[in-house]
Amino acid sequence: MFSNFDFNVIERSWKYLFFDGMAFTLQLTALAMIGGIVVGTLLALCRLSKFKVLSTVAGGYVNLVRSIPLVLVIFWFYFLVPYIGAWIIGSPQPVKVGAFSSCLITFIMFEACYYCEIMRAGIQSISRGQVWAGYALGLNYWQTMGSIVLPQAFRNMTPVLLTQTVVLFQDVSLVYVLSITDFVGAASKVAQRDGRLVEMYLFVALVYFVLCYGLSSAVKQLQSRIAIIR
Amino acid sequence: MNYNWNWKIFWDAHPEGTGTYMTALLGGLGWTLSTALIAWCIALTLGALVGTMRTTPIKWMVVVGNAYVELFRNIPLLVQMFLWFFVMPELVPKGMGDWLKQLPNAPFITAVICLGFFTSARVAEQVKAGIGSLPRGQTMAGTALGLTLPQTYRFVVLPQAFRIILPPLTSEFLNIIKNSAVALTIGLVELTSRARSMQEFSFQVFEAFTAATLIYIIVNIIVVNLMRLLEKKIAVPGLIGGGGMMGAGH
Repeated sequence: MFSNFDFNVIERSWKYLFFDGMAFTLQLTALAMIGGIVVGTLLALCRLSKFKVLSTVAGGYVNLVRSIPLVLVIFWFYFLVPYIGAWIIGSPQPVKVGAFSSCLITFIMFEACYYCEIMRAGIQSISRGQVWAGYALGLNYWQTMGSIVLPQAFRNMTPVLLTQTVVLFQDVSLVYVLSITDFVGAASKVAQRDGRLVEMYLFVALVYFVLCYGLSSAVKQLQSRIAIIR
Repeated sequence: MNYNWNWKIFWDAHPEGTGTYMTALLGGLGWTLSTALIAWCIALTLGALVGTMRTTPIKWMVVVGNAYVELFRNIPLLVQMFLWFFVMPELVPKGMGDWLKQLPNAPFITAVICLGFFTSARVAEQVKAGIGSLPRGQTMAGTALGLTLPQTYRFVVLPQAFRIILPPLTSEFLNIIKNSAVALTIGLVELTSRARSMQEFSFQVFEAFTAATLIYIIVNIIVVNLMRLLEKKIAVPGLIGGGGMMGAGH
């Protein structure tokens, strides 16, 4: 069945695929995860805030982004970021933003909405008495959140946050729509240059499957190890 | 910031087609919805089947079901689209491959199949979770009453499980609508792709994307409200999520 296929194409291009493509994908995933969790946690705190304005704005943003496709979000930010940049530094012309920064901002702002919902659930799973105890001990809001609520919320939600990161890792492949050389982008460039679409895309699928399956199995193990028995 | 807003652009003629930009966007919405709806039928059928298989006491069914879910969950949707579109016609016998390549509207058919299989794995997860949430006594009671395993599933387990998992299924349906945008990479002219081409032709970036965003939000709101009605109608009385004694607290 594979007799007239040429799997040498992978041998010829693996350096490009991994050192250019996969390196981009992994860097973007890691940075977007860190940024997304930070922004997401802040959004979750806003959503749960007693200030109506904060919770409405944060809730509106999260629901807005969650109801449109990621591809559309990628296009939005790709065109919007230069204008926002110009607005921030007061320049009359839209500023030039590199492909990597543009993607990074997009994925932080997009995934933050999903991390926000996870962190919100995590914060809400902490019993209210703990917050009262914190206040009773004389801690202020940030101290209560920072040293009592958030550490527990993170611990409870680590498996879910990591599962979302596996989703993020897969989502990053969609930067393909901006013709950026991520792992899929690199593979598709080689595939089209050499006319070897079948071999390339099968290889890409295999690599993603192995990585994602490995990661999610690791998350499952972690989940059973760190679960607090109640 | 100097961006020239021009909201009247929607009534200008679309350079590619016969109508205006607005009709082009609405036509895109039509493709988005038909892709999502047909794919949803595939996803529900396969998902229910695979999800049920994974809860049976029959070992090989569990193994097959688990493998199916892992396969479709661990490959990005974009790559799956490419596999169905570029790779599939080459792997099947030549005559069939040629037939596949010459299908009219191949991107649409590919997108439907791809999204159907992709989402079925996620539906299967929900179905499994729904069945798992039922007390074990229900199956035992079914068996004790002399029902066979298929009968227990048909009359006891599945009717309850489906009603319990309606909320997560709603979000999977919303996901399938959103995910259909990925099919623009294989040339399906759905809503996002139409917004993108409107931006390329008219240079009115933000009007085009605002319109697409609004349309997605409206569709979202309609779906959520319809499902809420359905949820109320078929809620299991007596459960916290169900109507009845606890009142309709959502």
